[in-house]
Amino acid sequence: MKLVGKLLKYIVIAIGLFITLGPFYWMVVGATNSSGSLLSVPPNLIPGNQLLVNFRNLVDNIDIFQALWNSTIITVTFTLVAGLISAAAGYAFAKYKFKGRDPLFAMLLVSMMIPYQALIIPQFELFANFGILNSYSAIILPQLAYPFAIFLMRQSMKSIPNSIMESARIDGCGEYRMFFQISLPMMLPAIGAVSIFLFTHQWNNFLWPLVAIVTEDMYTLPIVLSILGGQDNLDYGQLMLAATISVLPIFIMFLFLQRYFIAGIASGAVKE
Amino acid sequence: MSNPALQEKTKPFKKGRKGPKSQVGMAPYVFIAPAIILFLLFTGYPIVYSLVLSFTTNEAGVNVFAAFENYLRLFQDSLFYEALFNTFIILIVQVPIMTMMAVILANVLHSGIHRFKGVLRVAFFTPTVTSLVAAAIIFLLILNQDFGIMNYMLTSFGIERIPWLNDPFWAKVSLIMVTIWRWTGYNMIIILAGLQVIPKDLYEAASIDGAGPLKKFFSITLPQLKPVLLFAVVMSTIGTFQLFDEAFNLTGGGPINATTTVTLYLYENGFEYFDFGYASAIAYVVVVIIAILSFIQFKVAGDRE
Repeated sequence: MKLVGKLLKYIVIAIGLFITLGPFYWMVVGATNSSGSLLSVPPNLIPGNQLLVNFRNLVDNIDIFQALWNSTIITVTFTLVAGLISAAAGYAFAKYKFKGRDPLFAMLLVSMMIPYQALIIPQFELFANFGILNSYSAIILPQLAYPFAIFLMRQSMKSIPNSIMESARIDGCGEYRMFFQISLPMMLPAIGAVSIFLFTHQWNNFLWPLVAIVTEDMYTLPIVLSILGGQDNLDYGQLMLAATISVLPIFIMFLFLQRYFIAGIASGAVKE
Repeated sequence: MSNPALQEKTKPFKKGRKGPKSQVGMAPYVFIAPAIILFLLFTGYPIVYSLVLSFTTNEAGVNVFAAFENYLRLFQDSLFYEALFNTFIILIVQVPIMTMMAVILANVLHSGIHRFKGVLRVAFFTPTVTSLVAAAIIFLLILNQDFGIMNYMLTSFGIERIPWLNDPFWAKVSLIMVTIWRWTGYNMIIILAGLQVIPKDLYEAASIDGAGPLKKFFSITLPQLKPVLLFAVVMSTIGTFQLFDEAFNLTGGGPINATTTVTLYLYENGFEYFDFGYASAIAYVVVVIIAILSFIQFKVAGDRE
């Protein structure tokens, strides 16, 4: 009975792994093969030697370096600023009692239920009126105050011991210094977790850049991928290489920081 | 934008739980100010403005008040009903399957496997960090009717080729499969976190009473997981109503609108026909539906708290 149970578990895991990682393997194999070999029956499951050819075709077809650069600049700036903004807000919501705190926090929570798509038309008009569509700031600004990130930050900031704050105050520490020099360093793992969440969100952000970006020199990676995927005679080798380029940086980051990332996601669901 | 938080400036500060009141001063307001100002400008204002827009229509480049015209049109729009129907089908099929798979995976990782737990957790989570566009692109090739590896595997089992992306029924199935692939790991992590906070002595007590693993699962694990499952289901419901990237890139809403989701329909009206008023009306109907569904889910699952 115990053996059957154990066997069952390993079968579940094996099937799960096959389904989860299979598509990635296929993507990498695709990036190293020609379109023709990818479409052969039976499918070619062995990495090929067409990587450089695919790369040359991709570079000829679309400015992938520019897209990589745009995605990087936008995502890094967004993560740093949004991280700081939500850390400060989360800290205030968790550690102070002030007038208007609960209604303001409730307002943020309720807004998470509103589909993002409902907001893009006014945002589009807003940025069109300011004349700053098709810019980095048009992509970065709208979600800098990201309610879910503020919510996650508040959850973790709650764990700062009140006693530390009290004794710092007695020693004459001001509130701002307390945030920047005592609380922030203590909360670095939690801030890291939320920042990775923000980073992934912005790196993969598609709909708003699709609407806000007009010219080719401003394309981000998801837009480039979408355009390549919509071309009439699909070059699958090229397409899979572009997909690999767009997921690789986030994979590498995730592998190094997964512990924090997973802790960040989990802290949203399990309270105290 | 006026910031209500900052208008409290003149009033005396309410003292913190124990701390001396004078020291705290304006600090909390300064800390939340950037977030609240940005939120009001880029989320609060758009929420209100799109509601206003939904009562207007564009005549020769000018927005004119149209009362309930957009909403009346919406209730007679068969395409909108189809998009709504598609979204509901995806919701009813995808969310339960995905949640169930996530529960199974989380339990297997939590209870049985000790050695590779970390590695497996990472492996199952990888689809979640992949962009939805990239996921759709990869599956475009996997699900290709003539050359895709999926059909190759099926034919080697003697099953006929399935027109995954070219048939209304199978296109829906494809979209559901890709969303399940993308999100199961995310839900698994949430559930795994929930499993870790279930008190161990509950299981010990059950063991003493002679409860088997299945009995323990249904009478301890599931009830204890309820709040976490509720969180997962509510988030998934909201997510399904926002389903856009996958449909846009995998099927483009086709064939014959079989995978047109409400948000895809919203996008088409807003940014292909530039009918902002109509698109905003769609957005608000979606808001109301999500609110109702979330309320029902809280009522059904959250009866204790």
